[in-house]
Amino acid sequence: MKKTYKIDVDCANCANKMEEAAKKTAGVKDAVVNFMTLKMIVEFEDGKDPKAVMQDVLKNCKKVEDDCEIFL
Amino acid sequence: MNKKQKKMLFRIIIAIILLAVISFLPLEGYLRLAAYLVPYLVIGYDILKRAGKGIINRQVFDENFLMAVATVGAILLGEYQEGTAVMLFYQIGELFQSYAVGKSRRNISELMDIRPDYANMEKDGKLEQVDPDEVAIGSIIVIQPGEKVPIDGVVVEGNASLNTSALTGESAPREVHAGEEVISGCINMTGVLKVKTTKEFGESTVSKILELVENSSSRKSKSENFISKFARIYTPAVCYGAVALALLPPVVRMLALGLNPEWGVWVYRALTFLVISCPCALVISIPLSFFAGIGGASKEGILVKGSNYLETLSQTGIVVFDKTGTMTRGVFEVSGIHHNQLEEERILEYAALAERFSSHPISKSIKRAYGKEPDQSRVSEVEEIGGHGITAKIDGIPVALGNAKLMNSLHIEYKECHHVGTVVHLAIDGAYAGHILISDVIKPTAKAAIQALKKAGVSKTVMLTGDAKSVAEQVAKELDISTVYSELLPADKVAKVEELLEAKTPKKRLAFVGDGINDAPVLSRADIGIAMGALGSDAAIEAADVVLMDDDPLKIAKAIRIARKCMRIVYENIYFAIGVKLVCLLLGALGIANMWLAIFADVGVMVLAVLNAIRALFVRKL
Repeated sequence: MKKTYKIDVDCANCANKMEEAAKKTAGVKDAVVNFMTLKMIVEFEDGKDPKAVMQDVLKNCKKVEDDCEIFL
Repeated sequence: MNKKQKKMLFRIIIAIILLAVISFLPLEGYLRLAAYLVPYLVIGYDILKRAGKGIINRQVFDENFLMAVATVGAILLGEYQEGTAVMLFYQIGELFQSYAVGKSRRNISELMDIRPDYANMEKDGKLEQVDPDEVAIGSIIVIQPGEKVPIDGVVVEGNASLNTSALTGESAPREVHAGEEVISGCINMTGVLKVKTTKEFGESTVSKILELVENSSSRKSKSENFISKFARIYTPAVCYGAVALALLPPVVRMLALGLNPEWGVWVYRALTFLVISCPCALVISIPLSFFAGIGGASKEGILVKGSNYLETLSQTGIVVFDKTGTMTRGVFEVSGIHHNQLEEERILEYAALAERFSSHPISKSIKRAYGKEPDQSRVSEVEEIGGHGITAKIDGIPVALGNAKLMNSLHIEYKECHHVGTVVHLAIDGAYAGHILISDVIKPTAKAAIQALKKAGVSKTVMLTGDAKSVAEQVAKELDISTVYSELLPADKVAKVEELLEAKTPKKRLAFVGDGINDAPVLSRADIGIAMGALGSDAAIEAADVVLMDDDPLKIAKAIRIARKCMRIVYENIYFAIGVKLVCLLLGALGIANMWLAIFADVGVMVLAVLNAIRALFVRKL
């Protein structure tokens, strides 16, 4: 399942870091962060609850880039 | 400017004023340090904070860290002014970047602003605005002048001219009347239309296009992936390089050469190194170039589904076309009247009158060419002879209209037509009056399109068609297409494209252009699939990598030119940014470059690269 989230982040490199962090989160099959449209597209592994996974994604993103936001 | 940016601008101004004032004050020692710390903290506190958090979260090597170390180091070395200035310029650069990115983001989303906000539905004689998502299939919606068509449908009442430029880049308005289809995303310019919806909002053209455009820059190109990998390796590498530069030469000088270690000099050089090294220029300008390129292209009615496709498109060396619907209109039209004994208009008039009651596609095209409503009262004794044609009396004169068989059976001598197409002979009062040639017409811009492609560096053009050999070869000759394969079944087209893919050099990419009708497999098999005239054709939008919203073949070459321009800008930025940085790094290590040059290498390069990237947006004149 794929879902798109609106994000807020200031720099392109930070967006890359968010993408890395989201990809490494458990339950996430693949993630793409688009800095230009400020969107994060997350593909979840089968049977995972997107809401729970996104909380972890947000936590991991905050870890690598303090100044970011994902609008869940 | 948003709130964040305004706050930053305010901080920058305060810091500049403070710096200016302090540099005129006759301060010494710790007092001077304390004075400089004020503007330094005003401008840089957030960077220091982020660098600190980065260290805590074990995300050490980022630009905040680089800047924090470089400026703190400079201040420790007693270079108060330089340390503060570096931070100041860094923040100015960041502000500029965020402003430029925000601005182009808004510009581009305005270009693509085709999302309708509401639909009008009639309720108890009054118009009510509802969310387009809530409109069921088969509902009647009302579109007033100035409003966007929110959902695909069929006009049931009213006439209007529609502006399709947001979808197709085409500025000529389209007239619609009752019974005709309208596509969502067009703007109604004149009359009130009542439309019966044929799709849900989510399935309507406008939603499909928005989805495509919004996801487009998520498919990353090789250059983008290269840059993000590069940045990941590069920043730590430079940091270790800086440490080495600060430690190794003094140690070597001290131990091996017995000289004064000059710690201060080498640490300063290492700090300069750090300032230069910030990868921002690359990291921001490459995706920005692609984003601008894709945005500019969609303004022209060319939708590119991802930066990777823009990259592939720029390397196109072979273009393979489908004939019908791509190079030709795919509809039958009167393309010529030959051997006529009367004026062309008279021939058409007689033909249209005789065909008055027929609904055969051929008669339809004759009536279309005649353009006027035939006067029914002039026609009598119409007889349709299946497989032959029609005989009738017009103004009391016997007229025969049909193929060669009809002429033979009436013993009328006729002239063969040496053109390709369907020939309709006309005899009036037993005498041959000429024939009308009906064929699929080549699009008016097709020839120019092939020339434009050749000019754009496409070395080989190939046409594939299911049509007869004679038709195919005539079209190919007329258009100057180098290779043509005819009488192909849809499956043969895939095989032919695979053959061509096999035979080409890997550097030249193969593009296939089709109208999306039963060539979806070929579209996805080619290196890059281009669907044209895709308005309203979901299959084509799905299967293709590049979608041309209208059916003008000239857009193919334009798409390639846009892709080339965008890639040129991308490479310019890559070489320019890395080049300047490497030179400055070298100069910094040798002690020739000071921190002021380092600031240029960082902020200056970034500003130039961003400005260059925005150029990719301007494609109108390409």
